[in-house]
Amino acid sequence: MSLDTQNEPAIELVGIDKTFGTVHANKNINLTVAKGSIHGIIGENGAGKSTLMSILYGFYQADHGEIRISGKPVSIRDSQTAISSGIGMVHQHFMLVENFTVLENVMLGAEGGQLLRKGVASARKELKRLEDDYGLEVDPDAVIEELPVGNQQRVEILKALYRGAEILILDEPTGVLTPAEADHLFKVLRVLRDQGKTIILITHKLREIMAITDTVSVMRRGEMVATRKTSETTVEELAELMVGRRVLLRVEKGEANPGKVLLSVKNLTVKDSRGVTMVDDVSFDVRAGEIVGIAGVAGNGQSELLEAIAGIRKPTSGEILIDGKPIAGADPAALRELGLAHIPEDRHHMGLVLKFEEYENSILGYHRDARYGRGAMLNLDGIRKSAEEQIAKYDIRPPNPRLKTANFSGGNQQKIVVAREIERDPTVLIIGQPTRGVDIGAIEFIHKRIIEMRDAGKAVLLVSVELDEIRSLSDRILVMFAGKVVGEKSGEAGEQTLGLMMAGIAA
Amino acid sequence: MSTASVPLPAWINYGVIPLINLILAFFFSGLVVWLIGENPFEALKYLVIGALGRGEGIGFTLFYTTSFIFTGLSVAVAIHAGLFNIGSEGQAYLGGLGAALVALSLDHYVPWYVTMPFAVIGAALFGAACAAIPAWLQAYRGSHIVITTIMFNFIVSSLMNYLLVRVLIVPKAMAPESRTFLEGGQMPKLDWLISMFGGKLGAAPLNFSFLIALVMCYLVWLLIWRTKLGYEMRTLGHSPTAAGYAGMSYKKIVMITMLISGGLAGMMALNPVMGASARLQIEFVGGAGFVGIAVSLMGRNHPAGIVLSALLFGILYQGGAELSFDMPAITRDMIVVIQGMVILFAGALEYMLRPAIVRAYQQITGK
Ligand SMILES: Nc1ncnc2c1ncn2[C@@H]1O[C@H](COP(=O)(O)OP(=O)(O)OP(=O)(O)O)[C@@H](O)[C@H]1O
Ligand SMILES: [Mg+2]
Repeated sequence: MSLDTQNEPAIELVGIDKTFGTVHANKNINLTVAKGSIHGIIGENGAGKSTLMSILYGFYQADHGEIRISGKPVSIRDSQTAISSGIGMVHQHFMLVENFTVLENVMLGAEGGQLLRKGVASARKELKRLEDDYGLEVDPDAVIEELPVGNQQRVEILKALYRGAEILILDEPTGVLTPAEADHLFKVLRVLRDQGKTIILITHKLREIMAITDTVSVMRRGEMVATRKTSETTVEELAELMVGRRVLLRVEKGEANPGKVLLSVKNLTVKDSRGVTMVDDVSFDVRAGEIVGIAGVAGNGQSELLEAIAGIRKPTSGEILIDGKPIAGADPAALRELGLAHIPEDRHHMGLVLKFEEYENSILGYHRDARYGRGAMLNLDGIRKSAEEQIAKYDIRPPNPRLKTANFSGGNQQKIVVAREIERDPTVLIIGQPTRGVDIGAIEFIHKRIIEMRDAGKAVLLVSVELDEIRSLSDRILVMFAGKVVGEKSGEAGEQTLGLMMAGIAA
Repeated sequence: MSTASVPLPAWINYGVIPLINLILAFFFSGLVVWLIGENPFEALKYLVIGALGRGEGIGFTLFYTTSFIFTGLSVAVAIHAGLFNIGSEGQAYLGGLGAALVALSLDHYVPWYVTMPFAVIGAALFGAACAAIPAWLQAYRGSHIVITTIMFNFIVSSLMNYLLVRVLIVPKAMAPESRTFLEGGQMPKLDWLISMFGGKLGAAPLNFSFLIALVMCYLVWLLIWRTKLGYEMRTLGHSPTAAGYAGMSYKKIVMITMLISGGLAGMMALNPVMGASARLQIEFVGGAGFVGIAVSLMGRNHPAGIVLSALLFGILYQGGAELSFDMPAITRDMIVVIQGMVILFAGALEYMLRPAIVRAYQQITGK
């Protein structure tokens, strides 16, 4: 490696190779990470980043190759050995026990002795210290499934720190965070680095790479194709290294041409299972041929709003109309028939059945459609063929409709959902976090599709915590705060203005 | 943790692992036999010959197999939708009432093949009815199906006791059982099937229900993997939230699944009631409903696997009976111990050896 790292290496990966069946996920990877540095890894969806990290963390065994920690070769056979070697991991998909409390999750596997009571007391103290030191605030007694995703992630980080991690791997940590939360996370990471911890950060957001990493490595189709000092590279160069071609980093769209109102929400109020008002008397319209974006910090009612429109959650009061028709009480199946398509925020719990093969997921929600089989039967050949078409059109990798969905990389899973919903040619499209975990090439592609939908005269409602995404796609922006729409701005509104509104400061 | 995610080829998953589990079960059973002072190899010989040695033995083995296929399918259908139906025992018992009522009312007038379809429907309807209330309670009231189906086993048992002792009993007879069905209410024996292979069925009760069971295997496979309803059931079984997102009705799927599951359990009654004893007897199910749970688990909830594991349990039942006859030291209870070993190793501890096998596989293939 040509880079002069002033510090000794914390991690060296030498000749790491891994195949899954016919997929060569890691090809002879060499990587050196300097101690006390933040090292970014970028690459397209399915490039093999998570696989490489899973090998480092002991989830998978490499077929060939060696791992050295602080110069010493180690054999990491499982996550237990990884933890005792000082490696902590924050997974792309959280590994938390949903019905345990924060404290219980943090302690899990590190209870300290047979009797819980003593462990609990000291864990509580340690947790408090970690929270104070790094500003990672969460209520230790909150139950995980009731926490917003942003907070769940903090628990993941706390978990690793609690186990005394010296090397922290974060796989797409900001996918679920707002800009403010991400900034906060980066502050934490810098503090950790300055205390001598080593951090590996996987992300699709080049801006973050530029902002926080010291070194960045690029993977493409299983290979490590380049390593750069962050200060000596540019976003454009990195994008090109990743994708192998120039990437359009800006969204190109023409003037909107709004027509009649296709989706109308009137005085909608939604309560969650505990009776807390999540959506509070919200009203707005979405017209044919326009994209309305909903900006807001995660957990301010956007999710509940989407779910209510999609028919998954029953509103407490108010009205929703599609093309002028009230849809009170309609279930998601009936709504699909009315031309509503829904790309859910949470692909793992809602948008996909991870144990299904890809083609089975390509019809989820539309399986009753006559195209997929007459009467009671499914037409598997037809379904697989249409799945193959979607795979080709959306460049889903690997292009295998028989692969179990869990074995696709995160970004490719998202493309499966996007392909399914957009290919139905709906009249109203509601979207939650369309590009979470998706690489820049695919973001470009998905954004183009969304704009095409708009230009074809569809009504698009977009919820995203990515302010950039909202600003570049939306024709109108509504800001949600504490369940209410606190303001409406044109698509050109400045980041500053929106940020203040999202924080509930200026209306 | 690390090995759980390593994919293994199907022939290891569905061939090698079950086989090793089975060998382990037999090894420990052998140990028990040896401990009570008998020769385990002798015992194994008696067991295998008893189950498969002669046409009559095979006839008995397949008779048991038939019952286990029905109850195994019943459990499997429910599991695919994420429901654990422990009530196959009671559903089969009530199914017997349905079959018997049909047989009792038609056997005077029509030949068996006219009675048969009505009996199948009757048995299925009564089995389904027995599953309907637990299903409704789960779907609409949120009570747990495991608890309610267990309770229904007891309820049905008491109900049938009452009916057989007070209502269906032949006047002045001692035994609490219905009258014997005439030929028009019986399932014909499958002598021809055994003689095709040069054996003699003898007194063995293998009957037409066996063929119905095989047809049901095919239909269940079709239902689960080829129909829209089966797709919905599997979606619900894997991810209730995804099912909700897709607009599938939880209540509807739970109800339909349990009715089908109960119906399959009910059909099990055809085998003993109309095929073997030609009358409705007390406690005729004899635990086949519970064996169905093990059969389904061992058969990976797939009809093909269920046929194989039902056959295995059929062999254990028939071979075990012969064994206790040939080796008096090995009592009926010992046979239950051996069956328990099979359930333990092949069902409950199914994945115990997986990590070791994954390591071995990785070493052999050089990965
Ligand atoms: N358990 C598995 N079985 C089969 N294939 C797998 C498995 N895990 C990963 N793969 C494949 O290996 C390749 C690399 O996947 P990986 O998850 O490492 O990608 P990634 O770079 O993290 O992508 P993303 O940015 O989308 O998260 C993909 O093609 C994926 O489908
Ligand atoms: Mg990944």
